Parts: sequence; structure tokens; C-alpha cells
Amino acid sequence: MSKLLLKLESIHKAFAGKSVIEDVSLSLHQGEITTLIGPNGAGKSTLAKIILGLIKPDSGSRVASSAIRIGYMPQKVTIDPTLPISTVRFLQLANASQQACHDALESMSIGHLAKTPIQNLSGGELQRALLARAILRKPNLLVLDEPVQGVDVNGQNELYKMINSLATSLNCAVLMVSHDLHLVMSATDQVICLNRHICCQGHPEQVTQDPAFIDIFGQTTAVYSHHHDHNHNLHGEVLNETAHTHGADCHHD
Amino acid sequence: MTDFLLYALLAGLGVALVAGPLGCFVVWRRMAYFGDTLAHSALLGVSLGVLLDINLNITIIAIPLTMAIGLVFLEQRGFLALDTLLGILSHSALAAGLVVISLLPDVRVDLMSLLFGDLLAVTKNDLWMIYTVAAAVMALLGLLWKQLINITVDPELAAVEGTNVTLVRTALMLITALVIALAMKVVGVLLITALLIIPAATARRVSHTPEQMAIAASLIAMLTVVMGLAMSWNLDTPAGPSVVISASLLFCLSLAYRRQLS
Repeated sequence: MSKLLLKLESIHKAFAGKSVIEDVSLSLHQGEITTLIGPNGAGKSTLAKIILGLIKPDSGSRVASSAIRIGYMPQKVTIDPTLPISTVRFLQLANASQQACHDALESMSIGHLAKTPIQNLSGGELQRALLARAILRKPNLLVLDEPVQGVDVNGQNELYKMINSLATSLNCAVLMVSHDLHLVMSATDQVICLNRHICCQGHPEQVTQDPAFIDIFGQTTAVYSHHHDHNHNLHGEVLNETAHTHGADCHHD
Repeated sequence: MTDFLLYALLAGLGVALVAGPLGCFVVWRRMAYFGDTLAHSALLGVSLGVLLDINLNITIIAIPLTMAIGLVFLEQRGFLALDTLLGILSHSALAAGLVVISLLPDVRVDLMSLLFGDLLAVTKNDLWMIYTVAAAVMALLGLLWKQLINITVDPELAAVEGTNVTLVRTALMLITALVIALAMKVVGVLLITALLIIPAATARRVSHTPEQMAIAASLIAMLTVVMGLAMSWNLDTPAGPSVVISASLLFCLSLAYRRQLS
């Protein structure tokens, strides 16, 4: 068994008398990718924030390993346009050297945007910048809240690939909040289906056959366990992978 | 140059120095209405200080601080939108301040100078107070600069990365209350927010980093103090409003400057 990084036990949380999280227990291990799925209002972000330590649960315990270093990629950031701040400076706020920040941007293939005001980045570029900041501190737990929100399909694929290769190269635990199933699942070790309480959890194939899962997501979203070896364009046509290569400075999201 | 004019100039420059960087935070964090509320409650601070015979320098800092802490508490209860809460507290404090002053028959308080400032009545003691507090504010801002920027950009990211957000936020409130107490002397409670946000908004147009903007805001605020005093001296206009008008004028000029660039 790989190293235990964080453990939640019977967590409860209510906002203004309305229960949001009920009796949730889970554990995160080094090197494991956990995906948290569930419908809107299921408490996914709240649970992520409890894991991050940003929200205190009403009851239950959160035990984190003393060696835990968390990298966090929030769902979105809204930075007031009156604050003049470049993308590289935004990364430096994570207490990292300028060189480390440039390297992180480069590894997300947005090195050319280092001096651009962060407010001018497109949705996909901003997600990459946020991911770059999250990995700056060499985390062993990476918490990603809807990491591909506002990114088009091609960009989503690319971002997921980046996240996967990061998880491998950093050998960290990943907790990913998502409502988007089949893109995520192929690389996920553990799926937790949340609807205030944990409906079901386990390996992707196991979860998608669970009646509680089908009840919420329906059969149509069932996950293929085979490897998806080709890409689709927006019309659903199969794209030829070899014919679809980009130059080094082609960045689309 | 006469003494009172020199004192006025020094006092105005000292306040402008700290109003620059703090004003930037007010703009970045959209705290303009919050600043107004604290300023209005400073007037209540004066009235209560006179009523209860407490040193005014204490009450004009203590009352806005109490108000700020009360605001945080009410906001967390979340039963009213923040701007509604601010509106209620701000105008209640202003009204209560005015009512209490009118109830003090034996004391003559110069209401106009409280509302619009009385830069030309600054004494040597005031100067000491202004520069001591300004030095403290600058020290605090310098010490917490990085954390302040961090919680302004994104408080949750800052918290995950180890910043004590509550502590830094409270410090910013303390700084705001201190600067408001100072600025009251210069522009009065009704125009304090203007001295904070207009130079900062002007500075935004010529800055590429937060530090550039803070320094530019300070310089612009100082320039407006000089311009305002010159205007007041030559045209015999009230000093506080003259300073604010000068700031607005520079802001309009900065709009033209940007248009030329693009």
C-alpha cells in the first residue's frame, strides 16, 4: 500500500442549517488519482475545501500526514483588472523563485505568456497558469477543482494529459473534482460518486455498474474500460491522429 | 512662507504618502464603500469622544475599528448583501455622529472642518501624530506587502499556501482605520475615500506591477496635495475639496494620456 497522505472520517458539514456533506470518509494515498464526481450542488467543492483545510467540518476528523504539501488549482480565480500583475508574478506569489516560475510556465507550454497580465489570459491559458502555480511547491497532493472548466474539447484532452503526466512525474496523489466522466475515468484509480453522502466508490468500471451511479448519471454516460485510441472533432468524426500534429509553437485551447 | 501653510503642506504630504498604497488596496479589493463606512464612523468617533471626554485620537481610531470588526461578523452571518449592510452602517454612523454632536450644548464643534477637513488648522502636534502614524502604517504595509498582495489576488490559494488570511485581513482593516483617522484632518470624513481611490485609479493607468502602482499613487496623491493647497491659497477655496478636485483633474488627464498611447 502506498503512503497515506490524508484521511477524512465521518465528515459532516451544513451551511445555514442545510446539510451539504453527510458522513463522508475517504483516504488519499501517494501516487493515486481520485476523481470526485457528482451532480451540481452535491457538495464536491465543499468536500475539496474540507480536504484543503479551507473549511472546517461541523463534525468528523481530518488527519493529514505531517509531510503533506498541497498544490491547489481552484475552479476559477477572479483578479480585479485594476491590479497590474503579470502571469509570472502571479506564480511568484506561491513563494517561488523567478526561474522556477518560468520553468513551470514552460512545462505548461505557456512560457511565452510570462509577462502578459494575468487578466488577459484565455480560459485555457489561465487554467494552465493555475496548474503551473499548483505544482510550483512540488506538492505530494494535488487538488484540482474542475480543472478543465471553460476549456474546449481539444484543450480538455491536452490538460488531462498534462495532469496525468504531472501525477506520474511528481508521484503525487491527485484529487480531481469533475462532472465530466469519460475523459477522466480512464486514468483514475478511485472514483467517488458524491451526492451529499458517498453514493458509491471504487474503480471506475466498478462504479459505473453501481445502481446508485446509474441512478444519478444514467446508463448513457457509462465509461468504456478500453483505451480510447483516437480523437473526435466537434462533429463526432474520427480524427486521424498522425495527420493531426502541431508545431512546437502552436497553442490552442 | 507662513507657518500654517508649511504645516498644512507637510501634513498633506504625510497623509498622501500612505494614502497611495492603501488606496491601491481599496481599489483592488473593491473596498471603496467600506472606506466610506469607516470614514463616516470616524465622525461618530469624534462625537462620542467629545461626549464621553475621551482623547479624540483614540475614539476616531477605535470606533471605525469596532465598526470594521462588526462588519466582518455581520457579513459572515450572511443575511444581507454586503453593500446593503455597508449602506446601513455607513449612514447610521454618519447620522448618529451628527445627532450626538448637536446634543452637546456646551461644546462647539466645527462641523464643517470635520466633514470637509481643515488642513490649514494643522498644528505642530498634529504633524507629530501624522508622521508617527504614517511611519507605523508604512512599516506594517512593508512587512505584510507580499501577503497582502497574495490575499488580494486569491485568498483561498494564499491560505492553502500557508498565509494566515484572517490575520492579514485584520491588519489591513487596522491600517485602513489608521489612515482614515489621519486623512480626516486633511479632507474630512466625506472626502476621505476620494483621496484614497482617485490617485490609485490614476496610477493604474501608468503601472505594470503592484509596486509601481503603489508608488505612483503616493506620488500622485502628494502632487494633488500641493496643487490643492496652491489652489486654496490663490483662490481662497476650502483646502480639502481643492485637493480632491486636483486629484480628479489629474485622473481626467490620465484618461487622455492612455488614449494617446493606444
